[in-house]
Amino acid sequence: MGFEVIFKGKNFIRLLEGLGVALKISLVSVIISIVLGMIVGMIMTLKNPVIRAVSRIYLEIVRIMPQMVLLFIVFFGFTKMTGRNISAELSSVIVFSFWGTAEMADLVRGCLTSIPKIQYESSKALGLSRLQTYVYVIIPQIIRRLIPLSINLITRMIKTTSLIMMIGIVEVLKVGQQIIEANRKSSPHAAFGVFAVVFLLYFLACWPISRLAGYLERKWT
Amino acid sequence: MDTGVITSYIPIFAKAFLLTLKIGWIGVALAFVTGIAGAFTLYFKIPLLSAAVKCYVELFRNTPLLVQLFFIYYGLPVLGFKISAEVCGAVGLGLLGGSYMTESIRSGLDAVPKIQMESAASLGLSRSQTFMSVILPQAFTISVPGLVANVIFLLKETSVFSAISLMDLMFTAKDLIGLYYNTTESLFLLVLFYIAMLLPVSFAGSVIEKKMRSKMFGGRDDGI
Repeated sequence: MGFEVIFKGKNFIRLLEGLGVALKISLVSVIISIVLGMIVGMIMTLKNPVIRAVSRIYLEIVRIMPQMVLLFIVFFGFTKMTGRNISAELSSVIVFSFWGTAEMADLVRGCLTSIPKIQYESSKALGLSRLQTYVYVIIPQIIRRLIPLSINLITRMIKTTSLIMMIGIVEVLKVGQQIIEANRKSSPHAAFGVFAVVFLLYFLACWPISRLAGYLERKWT
Repeated sequence: MDTGVITSYIPIFAKAFLLTLKIGWIGVALAFVTGIAGAFTLYFKIPLLSAAVKCYVELFRNTPLLVQLFFIYYGLPVLGFKISAEVCGAVGLGLLGGSYMTESIRSGLDAVPKIQMESAASLGLSRSQTFMSVILPQAFTISVPGLVANVIFLLKETSVFSAISLMDLMFTAKDLIGLYYNTTESLFLLVLFYIAMLLPVSFAGSVIEKKMRSKMFGGRDDGI
């Protein structure tokens, strides 16, 4: 079945290192996305028509453009247009942060607009400034709803980072392919075992996180 | 950008577009069928099958499509299941989508208040009548936003088909860039065709959502 190649030499360690590469890129992108998404989400609730139009276009681009296409635009298109070479890692962080920020901002905006208007009005009546209203009244309320949703974003980010192999980053799928190629003669059935293990590794990386998100969602709402 | 290059590329992209569209929508249809079957299994708590559906949903929701496709396309032939890239794409998309659809439909079914079932029973409706004409229509209305989001998500996921050497839009763009270095033109057409594929769906989705909401809450659109 091809499971024997997994434990040959350093193959399993190499697979884990490959997964590590993907996880590192998703972690960096998710941190950028959450921080920027909070800010952008708050800006999106402003009633300014220009901001509204821009944020609508931004959200719609992210909604309908596959991340793969964005990855190609940044990795190949940017280089072609500016003549400057950017690394595959940097392009993937740029693309995933661009995507994640929109997702996060939309969640933040959704949470903010679901807070009843009376909360804002009462704060105003109490003499709180706009900043104080956010810090003491609004943010504590939305944070509980936001945490499970942002944890969900992490699993989606991890799943999306599997795309980085398509722009040449050596991550877990690529390592899997290399192992299969290298052992073509000795174990021709390696493809089954190796890809089953990669499948399982991704599952083990995402499943606990999405369980945690589900648990927090049930507990806090 | 060279307009001559663009016009000469359009037929190549159009062919890939039709293929992507075909496999994408077949995948979406399979996803709906799987999702309805899965959600009903969970809702009626069919023993054994329910547990199997739960495992399936967790497994496919927590792994990327790319990995699933690699496993189906390169891994399974070892066991004797050899399928073409087209079939693999549609089946893979159907399996991934099925798990998402199961979740959306099931949560819609669960969201229908229990009192609806009790009221239907007190009106003398049979179990199947209750389900078909009371629970299902409401559950469907509730799940519409989730279902629309899933359809868009699945059509976007078609972009990874190129990894199993299916001649889709992504593959074509990559191929042309590699052959002739007309990067800007290829990427421009790639974006254009993806917009053509998804903008109508996104637009239709919001129209349906709005219609459903007004149907449910009697035309009040104030975000209940």
